[in-house]
Amino acid sequence: MWKYLVKRLLQMAGVLLIVSTIVFFITSVIGNPIYNMLPERAPPEQVEQVRKMLGLDKPLYYQYAIFLRNALRGDFGMSYTHHQPALRLIFSRFPATLEIVIVAMLLTIVIGISGGVYAGAYPRRKLSKGIMGFSILGISLPSFWIGMVFIFFLSVRLGWFPVSGRGETGVFLGIRSSLFTLEGWRHVFLPAFTLAVINIATIIRLIRAGMMETLRQEYIKFARAKGVGEKDILFKHALKNIMIPVVTIFGLQLGELIAFTTITETIYAWPGMGKLLIDSIMNLDRPIVSAYLLFVSVLFVAINFAVDIIYTLIDPRVEL
Amino acid sequence: MSTDVLLEIKNLQTHFFTLKGVVKAVDGVSFELRRGEVLGIVGESGGGKSVTGFSILRLIEEPGKIVGGEILFKGTDLLKASEQHLQSIRGKEISMVFQDPMTSLNPVFTVGYQLEESLIIHQNLTKEARKQKCIQLLSMVGIPNPEKRLLDYPHQFSGGMRQRVIIAIALASQPDLIIADEPTTALDVTIQAQILKLMKKLSEETRCALILITHDLAVVSELADRVMVMYCGKLVETGDTKDIIHNPAHPYTEGLLRSIPDIEQEKSRLEPIPGIVPNMFELPQGCKFADRCSRCQTICTQEEPPLFEGPKGRKALCFFPLWKDS
Amino acid sequence: MKSIPILQRFFASDFFYHYRRSTTAIVSSLMILFVILVAIAGPFLTPQNPYALSNLFLADAFKPPAWLDGGELRFLLGTDQQGRDILSAIVYGSRVSLFIGIAGVFFAATFGILIGLVAGYIGGKVESIIMRIADIQLSFPSMLIALFLMTTFGRSITNILITLTLIGWVRYARVVRGETLSVRKKEYIEASRVIGYSDLYIMVKQVLPNVLNSVIVLSTIQIGTFILLEATLSFLGLGVPPTRPTLGMLCSEGFSVLYSGLWWVSFFPGLYIVFIVFAINLFGDFLRDQLNPRLK
Repeated sequence: MWKYLVKRLLQMAGVLLIVSTIVFFITSVIGNPIYNMLPERAPPEQVEQVRKMLGLDKPLYYQYAIFLRNALRGDFGMSYTHHQPALRLIFSRFPATLEIVIVAMLLTIVIGISGGVYAGAYPRRKLSKGIMGFSILGISLPSFWIGMVFIFFLSVRLGWFPVSGRGETGVFLGIRSSLFTLEGWRHVFLPAFTLAVINIATIIRLIRAGMMETLRQEYIKFARAKGVGEKDILFKHALKNIMIPVVTIFGLQLGELIAFTTITETIYAWPGMGKLLIDSIMNLDRPIVSAYLLFVSVLFVAINFAVDIIYTLIDPRVEL
Repeated sequence: MSTDVLLEIKNLQTHFFTLKGVVKAVDGVSFELRRGEVLGIVGESGGGKSVTGFSILRLIEEPGKIVGGEILFKGTDLLKASEQHLQSIRGKEISMVFQDPMTSLNPVFTVGYQLEESLIIHQNLTKEARKQKCIQLLSMVGIPNPEKRLLDYPHQFSGGMRQRVIIAIALASQPDLIIADEPTTALDVTIQAQILKLMKKLSEETRCALILITHDLAVVSELADRVMVMYCGKLVETGDTKDIIHNPAHPYTEGLLRSIPDIEQEKSRLEPIPGIVPNMFELPQGCKFADRCSRCQTICTQEEPPLFEGPKGRKALCFFPLWKDS
Repeated sequence: MKSIPILQRFFASDFFYHYRRSTTAIVSSLMILFVILVAIAGPFLTPQNPYALSNLFLADAFKPPAWLDGGELRFLLGTDQQGRDILSAIVYGSRVSLFIGIAGVFFAATFGILIGLVAGYIGGKVESIIMRIADIQLSFPSMLIALFLMTTFGRSITNILITLTLIGWVRYARVVRGETLSVRKKEYIEASRVIGYSDLYIMVKQVLPNVLNSVIVLSTIQIGTFILLEATLSFLGLGVPPTRPTLGMLCSEGFSVLYSGLWWVSFFPGLYIVFIVFAINLFGDFLRDQLNPRLK
């Protein structure tokens, strides 16, 4: 157990080191931020001064060493455009992103699991075929397009939802979130649903396939022979077996959700870290881009780790 | 006499509707089972033995379907019962033991839970009482250290131990009937004997009737009071075990007996039945066994033989049965 | 001469038998055929060349689809803020989108198969490093990797193809390497070695036919995925340059006028993306069921 933990931690550190190296060398190639910060015809002395200020006059390996040292301390430099520490800026936007990711994940779990279990348990029924049709359609939808369709028809035309932005926030148990106000939910629903559509479709397909496979197993037949009711057969005996592969997929999907917040947030002008990233890419705001990428990498590595742990909890055959 | 009848099956027909055609896996089988009786159903694979067993509890999966007949259990027809009613019978009044203990237990639940689940469904016990009962059941089937082993998962048990667990689950609610589908086929020979002994002992102790489905006549001769031989979905011979073993009436039964080794009577060679089981999609006209039969006559290939009744309640599906009055 | 028996064999095959009996397979392949025909013949059919500026008149701007008030039959799906016919723009855009999807898959497959063969052939450290990279890459969402790479490379069609190759190779490499491993153990490999064939020759000869089905299924689905990915990147302004707009780019341009009520500028290009990708996914599903049910 301890051996496993140490091994995993070392692996995680290794992955992060590789990612940070790639991020550093590639971001230092992106454009030249100086010209974004200064007026177009700035005098050369001023350019030189800013270069020194940003440490861009030093050789690349030196910059890398400094980058690594600072990154370990959580210091990615000041944002060129916001004039704030990059990581703090990301942290301040993170809760808004987390909101839509959590709601999207909940939608995925509820709709994805129930749809997938139904379609897998009764594959010949009309509704199951409809669910499968929807799910193939779902994985074929560009998420920016769904977002635009929702905004135009549900918000602009019908006025059911606000057009964009985050609603008012409320405080509950010391946490400030828009999920604690009704208005906040009105704002969060469409972005979250847009984000969830593709995920729901993917999860439905996986659960259905797993369900059909599992229901063919002898132990399901034996449970039936024992007198176990249909509901327990599906949601207890079968689902717990399917959960083993599904947890892995959920981990990957959570990563996808976080990646896709960049698009959803851009469309809905949602003030999260995804929109911050896209804005920063446009403004060549290097510290924010690298801080974002490393922060997200830490998240992914942590998610993977959590998935492994959950895995061992569900599947008694796997040992650490 | 008739009050003693636990299960009566009349003209059961279970067919499988596949893309290639209809397979009549069970085709008009009738038999009775008395309380506490051990009935062996034997035959080659594909003969319809297992399908008969699963039909009793209506556990036939698509594309299979029970298309006709009656299954009277304690006088009520299970084919007309509601799914809910069946659920209350499954595992409580009629239990099953499956062929492969490696796959019949759910890998992600503890053995204790899978045992307890049966008690939760069918009996009204407190949590503590359930636990005691689980321990008692496990020790009854001969699992050492039962209290500790309740918390183990199936993969931590050997094949023989798992089959013991399955038997314990089957016995959990003192059923009147256990249907055991090839319960020892997947086990080592030495363990087979242990499990069979255990089943015999427990069925005697609990006075529970047993339907033992197997391809192994040796197993049947050890355990069964009565034997039913099936071939191509039809019942071809039935009678008391001793009579059938010593004086088989149907040529197929005779062939089966000749093809098993016997240590005491040293046979110089085993005699397999010639030919193979016919294709279930294209069954021959007349007697299904005709083209493998040494005593085949013209009539056998033209007409289906009726079920002739012989002495001592014996029956045989053959125009020329070999009754010997003993 | 030779093609006739091959055709006959195809029509007699199980694959064709199941194809004929599956409505979704027939419908989706017809949809794909339609998309390809439109892309090839499109420029001859469209009312307007949307990129010849001399064809655009501001007087034609903001026309809604033909069936709405103020719509004109000339502009079946309406026009954008520059008076560009949306239908023509879609036809031209689909050519670029399809090209990127297909070429991207071609490069990713070639690169991935090569890497997989090399990993399986050399084995040892090289193999474990390559597969480790593949694992790490798979644990990051491809969308994020694409965003990052396009930010670095800058927007152009070549750079998108490079990005798609760098994203797509992993799955091919895994399939091929898996097959190489199992082939390496088989006895006939030993046998052909005795005859004097080189290991590499044997690998290529044995592995490629065995992975063909998987590669076909993977590639079909990847084309759809890549078209979506390109559209998303272009929507964010990180994909194709404005001079070669794809369907995603058209959506992006339409997004800026969405709030002023010009929904058709972005709606129809997006709808056509859905049409294309849906057709590909439906057909891909059928292919997977027929050719390689184990592949997920």
